[in-house]
Amino acid sequence: MLRLEGLGKRYKTGDDALKSVDLEIPDGQVIALIGPSGAGKSTLIRCINRLVEPTRGKVYLGDLELTSLSSRELRKARRRMGMIFQEYALVERLTVMENVLSGRLGYVGFWQAFLRKFPKDDIREAYRLLDRVGMMHMADKRADELSGGQRQRVGICRALIQHPELLLVDEPTASLDPKTSRQIMRLINELCEERGLAAIINIHDVLLAQMFSQRIVGLKEGVIVYDGPPDGLTPDVLTEIYGEEDWEATIDEVVEDEDEDEAVT
Amino acid sequence: MNTTNSQTSSYSDYWKRPHFIKRAWLRWLLMVGFAIYLALALGTMDIDWERAWEGLPRGQRFIQAFFPPNFADNRGVVFDGIMESIWMAISATIFGIILSIPIGLGAARNLSPAWVYFLCRGIIASSRSFPEIIMAIFAVKLFGFGPFAGFVALSIGTIGFFAKLLAEDIEVMNASQAEAVKVTGSSWFQWINYAIQPQVMPRMIGLAMYRLDINFRESAVIGIVGGGGIGATLNTSFSRYEFDTTAAILIIIIVIVMVLEYISGYLRKWVQ
Amino acid sequence: MPIIETKDGPLWKRRTLKQSLARLFWWTVGLIVAAIAWKLISDKTHWYFVQSAPKEASDIVSRMMPPDWSYMDKLWLPVWETINIATLGTLIAMLISIPVAFMAARNTTPHPLVRAFALFITVTSRSVNSLIWALILVFILGPGVLAGTIAIGLRSIGGFSKLLYEAIEEINPVQVEAIEATGASRLQQIVYAIVPQVLPTFVGVGVFRWDINVRGSTILGLVGAGGIGLQLSGSINTLAWTQVSMILLVILLTVIISEWISAKVRGAII
Repeated sequence: MLRLEGLGKRYKTGDDALKSVDLEIPDGQVIALIGPSGAGKSTLIRCINRLVEPTRGKVYLGDLELTSLSSRELRKARRRMGMIFQEYALVERLTVMENVLSGRLGYVGFWQAFLRKFPKDDIREAYRLLDRVGMMHMADKRADELSGGQRQRVGICRALIQHPELLLVDEPTASLDPKTSRQIMRLINELCEERGLAAIINIHDVLLAQMFSQRIVGLKEGVIVYDGPPDGLTPDVLTEIYGEEDWEATIDEVVEDEDEDEAVT
Repeated sequence: MNTTNSQTSSYSDYWKRPHFIKRAWLRWLLMVGFAIYLALALGTMDIDWERAWEGLPRGQRFIQAFFPPNFADNRGVVFDGIMESIWMAISATIFGIILSIPIGLGAARNLSPAWVYFLCRGIIASSRSFPEIIMAIFAVKLFGFGPFAGFVALSIGTIGFFAKLLAEDIEVMNASQAEAVKVTGSSWFQWINYAIQPQVMPRMIGLAMYRLDINFRESAVIGIVGGGGIGATLNTSFSRYEFDTTAAILIIIIVIVMVLEYISGYLRKWVQ
Repeated sequence: MPIIETKDGPLWKRRTLKQSLARLFWWTVGLIVAAIAWKLISDKTHWYFVQSAPKEASDIVSRMMPPDWSYMDKLWLPVWETINIATLGTLIAMLISIPVAFMAARNTTPHPLVRAFALFITVTSRSVNSLIWALILVFILGPGVLAGTIAIGLRSIGGFSKLLYEAIEEINPVQVEAIEATGASRLQQIVYAIVPQVLPTFVGVGVFRWDINVRGSTILGLVGAGGIGLQLSGSINTLAWTQVSMILLVILLTVIISEWISAKVRGAII
């Protein structure tokens, strides 16, 4: 279970990216974090594993309070949180396999990592994950030879091989075409279900958010303005989050799209 | 536990990073070849360890001379030497660049007829053929001791550097912009002025500063062979065992190079 | 150039008055500086010698002809030494510049003070010509290839570190972030996310630098630091011009071949 208490971040420029966010995510729940750009979605996710240091508030992962950990303890805690990035953030000049195995860096020593001598179990698990996302045949390809969708699959493997309890997913589909976006979102969802993972998926596409998550949290200017089920996103709520726009069309589209998608698969 | 085992056993637990060079024989050939070369190189190095060992106290004395360096004695000579180096570097840079512009234009394949191209490329290649210091040795033979010899050697070096980069820059510039100006029926000079110059100018200013930097550093050694500048003073102080003066000169050189680097960084931001 | 500049005027107003004045100002400054530089240099020049230079030059060239081919027998070893000085010096510099560059790059330095120190090493190494390093080292270690190799190494550290730390500062930080998020230690982050990004630059600069160093090591012998420069200065001092031309020919070939190899290898890497 993840719990945020009064989490806030003020950047050195004086911008309040996050203003006192309270949020509780039970084990195994997948939530979508929506909101306009600059709402603080990315900052929120990064404050949880402290890639960005929060300036206020607390983060609890289970019973562990993350915000006060020393850097050594933090590294240990980060192993419990897998992260998936917008631009995949694979190390482009390493092979797919090295990228996946880099998810185990928190568990192995420096020389082991340097010499690429990972434990047998890790290698087996890496193959298993690559097979699961359909990338087995690409294991020895270099990451910069892959397409966007393939890269994101590798990114997912890297997060999962950590054996996390929680996935932090930052705009996983922002650089992908609509079809691949859905496939990736579906894959993340399936994997969370298989493994009983909780996940925070930060996404700007309302349709995808509604299709693939049990709960939606709307963020606006660093404050939570909506927290509820996908079908609770009425035009009024969307106006509250994103501002004035004709939302009826968007919501209608959701239904059509979903049918069409079902038909295709 | 059992179920997991049966599930995972089908996956290999062995993985090795693919080699950068995929052909094994080539990889081994290169590795063994390099090892043999290293062994030979180190083996044939004729090192007089005893002499090196004896020299360590000298090294210590040399380093001690830096604390404090002596800026006071020989102040006049050092100042003259430094100024000579600076002026030598500046005039060689300016003169070299003035000559480089026509040569560089001539050596750009997209601007010049074949005979001009080969002529200019020939000039560039021959001015790059030898290190500046060898040029300086011969300049001293021809023009006598003093900064003129250094000036000539550095100017030649500047041509080899600047004309080559100018030509390469013109060859890769945006052809459509150049074409656009050409079809207006402009003269050759107008064409150069409007289509070529704006595209290559910012980088050239940066390179000019960089070359000034190189010329100054080179001018510090050209004096060793009699080509004027601070190098002569440095060499003299060294052979007279006046290490504190040597230290002072080295520090001045380093500071000037740092200042030049700072200015060129600033200038490059300013022109872009 | 200034003549061409004035041509813009009649065509259309490309610059405001202020810009034109500023340009005029800088051109004037440039011309004055050039004039002063020229005056100072010509004051110290014996024009008599300069006037006789063409005659002198043709005289030397005629004495150089034909090159003393038989002298080649004595040049193989110096050429071998020259190349070894360049190669070993480059390798030493590569090894040392790795930690220096990581200390000097803004995003990997452990502390600003360490960064200042590393930058100091970089600029010192670069400012002092390899011939000056050689002069100092010959004095300390005695004449020979050891002094030359270390001189080349010391001079190259700066060049390497500068290009390498600039490359480190320009890496894609998201890849590092991703590795950091897995719980990797600082060193692991460097090895997994930064090294792969800067490795091509590193190797490319190494080969490029090697080429420069071959050039540089041909002259180290002038101060006794080994290599073919020793033969060159010896032959010049004894006025053995046919040997000099032979040596120059060999230097030229060495430089051309090393440039060719360097270009080939760089082409293969990129």
